[in-house]
Amino acid sequence: MTATHSLAAEELTLAYGERLVIEGLDLVVPAGSITAIVGANACGKSTLLRSMSRLLSPRAGRVLLDGKAVHRMPAKELARTLGLLPQSPIAPEGITVADLVGRGRHPYQGVFSRWSREDDAAVAAALEATQTTTLADRAVDELSGGQRQRVWIAMALAQQTDLLLLDEPTTFLDVAHQVEVLDLLTDLNRTRGTTIVMVLHDLNLAARYADHLVALAAGQIHAAGTPAQVLTEDCVRAVFGLDSRVIEDPTSGAPLMLPLGRHHVDTPAEVSPRG
Amino acid sequence: MTAVVPPPAATVDAVARNRVRRSVRRRLVITVLAVLVAAAFVVTLMVGRTFYPLDEVVRVVLGERVPGASFTVGRLRLPRGVLALVAGLAFGLAGVTFQTMLRNPLASPDVIGITSGAGAAAVFGIVILSLGGTAVSTVAVAAALGVALVIYLLSFRGGVAGTRLILIGIGVGAMLNSVTSYVLTRAGQWDYQEALRWLTGSLNGATWEAVAPALVALLVLGPVLLGQSRNLSALQLGDDTAAALGVRVERTRLIAIVCAVGVIAFATAACGPIAFVSFLAGPIAARIVGPNGSLLVPAALVGALLVLVADLVGQFALDTRYPVGVITGVLGAPYLIYLIIRTNRAGGSL
Ligand SMILES: Nc1ncnc2c1ncn2[C@@H]1O[C@H](COP(=O)(O)OP(=O)(O)O)[C@@H](O)[C@H]1O
Ligand SMILES: [Mg+2]
Repeated sequence: MTATHSLAAEELTLAYGERLVIEGLDLVVPAGSITAIVGANACGKSTLLRSMSRLLSPRAGRVLLDGKAVHRMPAKELARTLGLLPQSPIAPEGITVADLVGRGRHPYQGVFSRWSREDDAAVAAALEATQTTTLADRAVDELSGGQRQRVWIAMALAQQTDLLLLDEPTTFLDVAHQVEVLDLLTDLNRTRGTTIVMVLHDLNLAARYADHLVALAAGQIHAAGTPAQVLTEDCVRAVFGLDSRVIEDPTSGAPLMLPLGRHHVDTPAEVSPRG
Repeated sequence: MTAVVPPPAATVDAVARNRVRRSVRRRLVITVLAVLVAAAFVVTLMVGRTFYPLDEVVRVVLGERVPGASFTVGRLRLPRGVLALVAGLAFGLAGVTFQTMLRNPLASPDVIGITSGAGAAAVFGIVILSLGGTAVSTVAVAAALGVALVIYLLSFRGGVAGTRLILIGIGVGAMLNSVTSYVLTRAGQWDYQEALRWLTGSLNGATWEAVAPALVALLVLGPVLLGQSRNLSALQLGDDTAAALGVRVERTRLIAIVCAVGVIAFATAACGPIAFVSFLAGPIAARIVGPNGSLLVPAALVGALLVLVADLVGQFALDTRYPVGVITGVLGAPYLIYLIIRTNRAGGSL
């Protein structure tokens, strides 16, 4: 089970061609918990996630899964332990929900191997967990944004990995659907012990749902720890260039960040964001 | 990961039923297509200036000596029929491979210039270099791979963008077609029919020597391609998703490109670039099969059916005999226009 899997990055340097995105980054993902990565646009969150699931080879340093470098592991073996839902997955035209979720079984199937009862059970469990069973016969491109995101998560669940990385699973969803997706991931974490690493844009939802919060800036980890340790007014200023007030969320006790722009607040920010 | 709560048996059964239903549909379509291809193939052997009944044709194919039929069917019609079959399968298979891999119906090898490359090289080899047989095939394959590489490099800018690749491919294809036309004008001794082979594709005068390399290429590379079908299906979800599912993306792409270019180049060396078969086979197969799994086999069969039927129509249904490529071209051109209009309307950037 999950707690035995460790995922960490060691002095990781990532680049696209000449362009360095991440430089000498060290990160330990706490096993069995929910980690949220936050940071400004284009700071390298997706790049980091892609490298942790070996979609991108490091320029220097390593990503270690259970002490082994992921970039040396056989592709399918890794895919049975660590799953990734990319920022913009593509649904082929007309594909049905059941078919798409079934694609999650790829790492368990060889060229000649047939579908097994186990595969069907994994797909069924994924549909149930995401409450998409009744959508099984629908075409993915006809679904609402929230339903579609649940289906993609179902595909990742059918992969039955102990670690699941998700790149902005809530972007483009309305607030109710965002909460729904985060609740689903929390259920998964609590009932199965799945280690979850997700990139989120909403700092307050990140602070509420994550056990471990990582703030990324300038290719480095600016701060990492519990949400209360990380989500501070100083951190928001350093990472986003934004003045803010951080208070305690009366509904959850997590830190709650209130942005201060130049208008509509009692004590306006002196500089505009990123000024 | 052990699921803490096993899924309800009813859901598992529903998932299994759903999957079986999809694969039954696909298998049914494949069976029907295979029967139609076989029927069209047999009709190709039966009809012509002299009609030979089914039993005589079958006996010839099985190797028996039948006076009259043995020569006409065995020496003339059989190579032609086999070439139609092989070329159709090859064009269909290669076309749908490219379309799946690049996630775009316009990305078939005949639209993006790869077939034109093979055709131009073949006609150049025959007319200018006086090559024959295997040498022509070799030149065609090398040229097709070269064109694929050039298009890939020209359109590579930190990842291959589909639309740019297609536009560059169309441009390269047009250039290569003009090479073919130019070489043909230099070949004064050739008749119009022979020229048409290299412009639109033709099965006229097919011989076993011409058919053999295409057949061998299909038998060797086809299975390799089919072995990649699951990986290709995963690629449809995007490179990142495919990689996260354990697909080695670059390796899959390399194998698919080399095999698809290989089968299509050998076929083109034998019968010219039969217009639009690669382009049409995949979308037609997708319509019939629905989103129910890999399209490689259905598209190959649709390709074969297209070539066989178009050749029958070109030979016997009209007042003049037309080479097969003229008929498939008439079918394909409107679809190409439709596709471009639809892409435009959908707000696509093409
Ligand atoms: N495939 C790519 N090729 C070149 N540069 C890229 C590529 N993907 C991302 N980048 C660049 O790397 C930087 C980090 O991108 P990304 O990791 O996607 O940021 P984030 O997810 O934090 O918004 C950006 O400046 C982006 O332009
Ligand atoms: Mg991103």
